[in-house]
Amino acid sequence: MDIHEYQAKELLSGYGVPIQRGAVAYSPEQASFAASELGGWHWAVKAQIHSGARGKAGGIKLCRTYHEVHEAAQAMLGKKLVTHQTGPEGKIVQRVYIEVAEKFERELYLGIVLDRKAERVRVIASGHGGMEIEDIAKTSPDAILQIIVEPAVGLQPFQAREIAFGLGLNIKQVSRAVAAIMGAYRAFRALDATMVEINPLVVTPDDRVIALDAKMSFDDNGLFRHRDVSEMRDLSQEDPREAEASQDNLSYVGLEGDIGCIINGAGLAMATMDTIKYAGGAPANFLDVGGGASPERVEKAFKLVLSDAKVKAILVNIFAGINRCDWVAQGVVQAVRAIGIKVPLVVRLAGTNEKEGRAIIAASGLPIISAATLAEAAQKAVAAANGSQPKAAP
Amino acid sequence: MSILIDEKTPIILQGFTGDKATFHAREMIAYGTNVVGGVTPGKGGQKHLERPVFNTVKEAVRATGATTSLAFVPPAFAADSLMEAADAGLRLVCTITDGIPAQDMMRVKRYLMRYPRDRRTMVVGPNCAGIISAGKAMLGIMPGHIYKRGNVGIVSRSGTLGYEAAAQMNALGIGQTTSVGIGGDPINGSSFLDHLMLFEQDPETEAVMMIGEIGGPQEAEASRWVKENMSKPVIGYVAGLTAPKGRRMGHAGAIISSAGDSAAEKTEIMKSYGLTVAPSASELGSTVGEVLRKRAGRRSGN
Repeated sequence: MDIHEYQAKELLSGYGVPIQRGAVAYSPEQASFAASELGGWHWAVKAQIHSGARGKAGGIKLCRTYHEVHEAAQAMLGKKLVTHQTGPEGKIVQRVYIEVAEKFERELYLGIVLDRKAERVRVIASGHGGMEIEDIAKTSPDAILQIIVEPAVGLQPFQAREIAFGLGLNIKQVSRAVAAIMGAYRAFRALDATMVEINPLVVTPDDRVIALDAKMSFDDNGLFRHRDVSEMRDLSQEDPREAEASQDNLSYVGLEGDIGCIINGAGLAMATMDTIKYAGGAPANFLDVGGGASPERVEKAFKLVLSDAKVKAILVNIFAGINRCDWVAQGVVQAVRAIGIKVPLVVRLAGTNEKEGRAIIAASGLPIISAATLAEAAQKAVAAANGSQPKAAP
Repeated sequence: MSILIDEKTPIILQGFTGDKATFHAREMIAYGTNVVGGVTPGKGGQKHLERPVFNTVKEAVRATGATTSLAFVPPAFAADSLMEAADAGLRLVCTITDGIPAQDMMRVKRYLMRYPRDRRTMVVGPNCAGIISAGKAMLGIMPGHIYKRGNVGIVSRSGTLGYEAAAQMNALGIGQTTSVGIGGDPINGSSFLDHLMLFEQDPETEAVMMIGEIGGPQEAEASRWVKENMSKPVIGYVAGLTAPKGRRMGHAGAIISSAGDSAAEKTEIMKSYGLTVAPSASELGSTVGEVLRKRAGRRSGN
């Protein structure tokens, strides 16, 4: 789960990472009022969307008067912001963050990630802040400092000091950078984060070290013990179908193709999508209905897949392990009757009670296309998707 | 032979008296698995499925001689149960639980390192279907009847795709020694490599099918080892060719976030280390069949 910059800063600040004074606003009036309350001479108005690279896309504006703050907020709120991270569809700005702007001398990069190869937490830093880490890695890989954290004891101050000195900071700045690095690590560790990125971490002329931007992502599996973090979830930043699916504990990812997929198990779901492509078609979605594909879940899955207007055929592929094919078949028949599916439906049932399951499908009298193997299911689904909308003659 | 478990392996279940554990313990016993008891804190001294229940894993080990456990423990308490199993000296603990925080698994793996290599516990999972040695013993939630005894090992991140592979092999008359699910989480207790090493040493296993998916460096690491150390053929497959970058595909660990994470890249890596890669998920069985035929031909031909 991702959160907004202002939320990440609020959390990090609680762990001792220095941030600038700021306030969130939902309207231009709130924005200019916030600026007047915050004090100072300059303010940054920052669009709050779940994406980096907002500056280049016009999502960050430096303002010198309350009026400018008002105008900048007005220009951003309710508008779509397209960055190279959001994709062409962009994200709607519903909140802006007003922050007191201050001069700084240096921009540093600080990142903390869960490293899957080392199976440990990795702290990454660079003196080339303000750029994306992928770009720093390309242009100046030697400028990247890294530390792997020993999980039994956690990040130690000497490690943070090594990074701070490595960044060429003076002694005053070092102690402040250490506080920021240790604070960011503690937040990462305590809140089950998978990523903390402070880019840039700036150094002011009076030697203060401040998180000017902040991004945090969290391990969905850890959210159960962080209610405060869970509440920061902003559904408006997610694909509406994916958000709806997650409310029903279904795992859905929308794609570009026209064959809707309903499958049990994430690996089999990906493999089925790949087989559709191999057979010459294109999957419209990833959808894992989970181990216990109950009739209610199957019906929800059908509704979800059909809410995508691109879908020209549906492929259901269930390999029953814990559950049984006859049970799944009843669910499919029930769902088809309840919803009235108008696109061709291919069903492949395998595993426990597969014969009984196929018999139920055959006896239902519904126009369901049965398939015995994965290859057959994919080929039939591709043919059905092409057949339902014949190609126009040249 | 087989790897990890056989019909003699004395097995306990952690979280034994829960509904799911009870259901699957019955299936395991029906399959012929040597289930010797279980652990549910607070229910020590009771009987469940005609087997003793203990309060702690240590007590269970002392009384039953169990070497292996299947942990059916909710995510919030799962890491604790794995460390308890390790501390009690179990050789192997498999956990089905989906939803264990990644940082918990990180600490579990660190905890396992406290013990010298010869008595270190192997953790299989989490978020997996378990382990089955065909016709001998089942330590998990898979449909046992789809596996047939034979000489191909399977190691898979995904549960249902592992079933698919076994079913395709059976349709061609190819059976399995052991099938291991290593799980779909970002941090697994054991890796592809750990199990390939065991399959290499198992005299009955003639070839291994390795089923990966997008995300993480495990497939590459295992493939390199195959090239350098393995005498038996390994047939690879990587699910997720159609998966977009940066999107989590169901499994917590199935996400393309850095170089080498995509299915296309992993497939290339496998091929570059000499693995035979199944061209699609519908040809898992036939690709294994082809490799076995070639191998048999080479043997009889020379």
